[in-house]
Amino acid sequence: MAGLRAFLAVASLSLLAASSPGKAQTPVTENIQIGLSTDHVSITAGFSGADLTIFGSLENADPLVARQGRYDIIVVLEGPARPVVVRRKDRVLGIWINLESETFENVPVSYSVATTRPLQDVTDPNSYKQLSLGAANIYMQPADDGDSPATIQEFTAALRERKTATGLYSENVGGVQFLSQNLFRATVRLAPNVPVGTHKARAFLFKSGLFIKESSAQLEIRKSGFEQSIFRVAHDYSFLYGVFAVSLAMLTGWLGRLVFRKD
Amino acid sequence: MGIYLPIAEISVNIFVLLAMGAAVGFLSGMFGVGGGFLITPLLIFYNIPPAIAVATGANQVIASSFSGALSHVKRGTLDFKLGGVLLAGGIVGSTGGIFVFGFLRRLGQLDLFISLLYVVLLGTVGGLMLVESVNALRATRSGAAPVLKKSGQHNWIHRLPLKMRFRASKLFVSVIPVLGLGAGIGFLSSIMGVGGGFIMVPALIYLLKVPTNVVIGTSLFQIIFTSAYTTLVHATTNQTVDVMLAFLLMAGGVAGAQYGAKAGQRLRGEQLRALLALLVLAVAIRLAIDLFVTPPNLYSLSGVDPT
Repeated sequence: MAGLRAFLAVASLSLLAASSPGKAQTPVTENIQIGLSTDHVSITAGFSGADLTIFGSLENADPLVARQGRYDIIVVLEGPARPVVVRRKDRVLGIWINLESETFENVPVSYSVATTRPLQDVTDPNSYKQLSLGAANIYMQPADDGDSPATIQEFTAALRERKTATGLYSENVGGVQFLSQNLFRATVRLAPNVPVGTHKARAFLFKSGLFIKESSAQLEIRKSGFEQSIFRVAHDYSFLYGVFAVSLAMLTGWLGRLVFRKD
Repeated sequence: MGIYLPIAEISVNIFVLLAMGAAVGFLSGMFGVGGGFLITPLLIFYNIPPAIAVATGANQVIASSFSGALSHVKRGTLDFKLGGVLLAGGIVGSTGGIFVFGFLRRLGQLDLFISLLYVVLLGTVGGLMLVESVNALRATRSGAAPVLKKSGQHNWIHRLPLKMRFRASKLFVSVIPVLGLGAGIGFLSSIMGVGGGFIMVPALIYLLKVPTNVVIGTSLFQIIFTSAYTTLVHATTNQTVDVMLAFLLMAGGVAGAQYGAKAGQRLRGEQLRALLALLVLAVAIRLAIDLFVTPPNLYSLSGVDPT
């Protein structure tokens, strides 16, 4: 049922096109490209999660470095950013009540990572922080700066934990594979509750632990089908939707009585 | 078989919902109640977000009360004038309730408030009913004649001003308690997703002294419109009515109600009331336990409403 058909193809075919004359003058810099053949993916109502495959190419790769496996690629599919409230339950007179809360601006709703190797083996934590790469390094801006750093840290950690537990933040180690010296394939997970909206696919290239280049592409995730039409009507024509819901109930009640009286 | 609920945005088992509707329909046919007070907690136990469970519960109540009210219209046991006055109060109460609902939702306290209201109201009503029905059962067993209530007995309610005559109910009473009762039920309807029959019926009988034969029809009449209004307002302001969910529950409910009504005829009044009381208390206790047990996740996430 996962009507997911995203053909994401190599955009750049200039794999080996970087000809030798240029090589002699300037030092070769590797380049990374990802291209999506479609700018949107439609998922149907019964969607229960899927793997999204993104193809990409590595240009001007040094064959020696590639053979030694010192190129690493991290691909991220980041969902739209929205404000989020994190609430903590505490016990008051024996009852669990939402007491403390912290609002964060612009938290990516989903964040799926695919890597060639475990994150800690690719590069050092500082580089991740600078690139703000990885679920642990996304900067989450609290709406209220006045709160103590400890509180903010606690709620940020809880936010990440909840997102990971619901599958919205995921990490697929080994999800990026080199198909040849220049071609790679990344598999990122789409959670069953993947949010609709504009997602951003980004690929980061590392050479021997050093960040070289980044490439990005946009992908629109839409829901389609009957259920989605209902959702849209409920939001766009909410009054008519309400009238419909009431009429449907009355009709069902009336029909039920007809059936009942025949008995 | 799984089905995706468009508004609740989760996949659920279609047969579980049909069975849930049928079971509640059976009970509502048996006891003559709308069943909203059972549907909403059941949906919450089934992991439907409380806000959606409440709004959809109100939608489902329309179906059962509409089919019930139709038969009372036929039998002439429906006081339209009394129902109309109750309804006027109901609209006011319901509007207030929706406002409070949205406010609590923004505060993050909606779930707690719904659970607390359920525990308190179901606990009280269930407890009172149980005591009353057990006493009645004991009385019939010992062979004593049931104490008849004297008609024409007046209480403080009958001394209030602004009196109005309700012919079908043979009643001459102030509109203030009628409007107030309607408003209270409307408030509960919008916050709890119930029709409110389980409060309305005893209130009409014991407080306003409405003859028992017109009570159920009149209560159902007012419930149709209060819950229709509640559904409409929830749909427009909170977008929390899930028609797919409501329809599955109604379909099961309509089928279950037939068998329930038949089963109900075989039981005596006190027995029925005692069983209903036990059921109501069981729901209240189950909800109360959830309030005290340490939740598996102390932290919860929610979006920020634009308002």
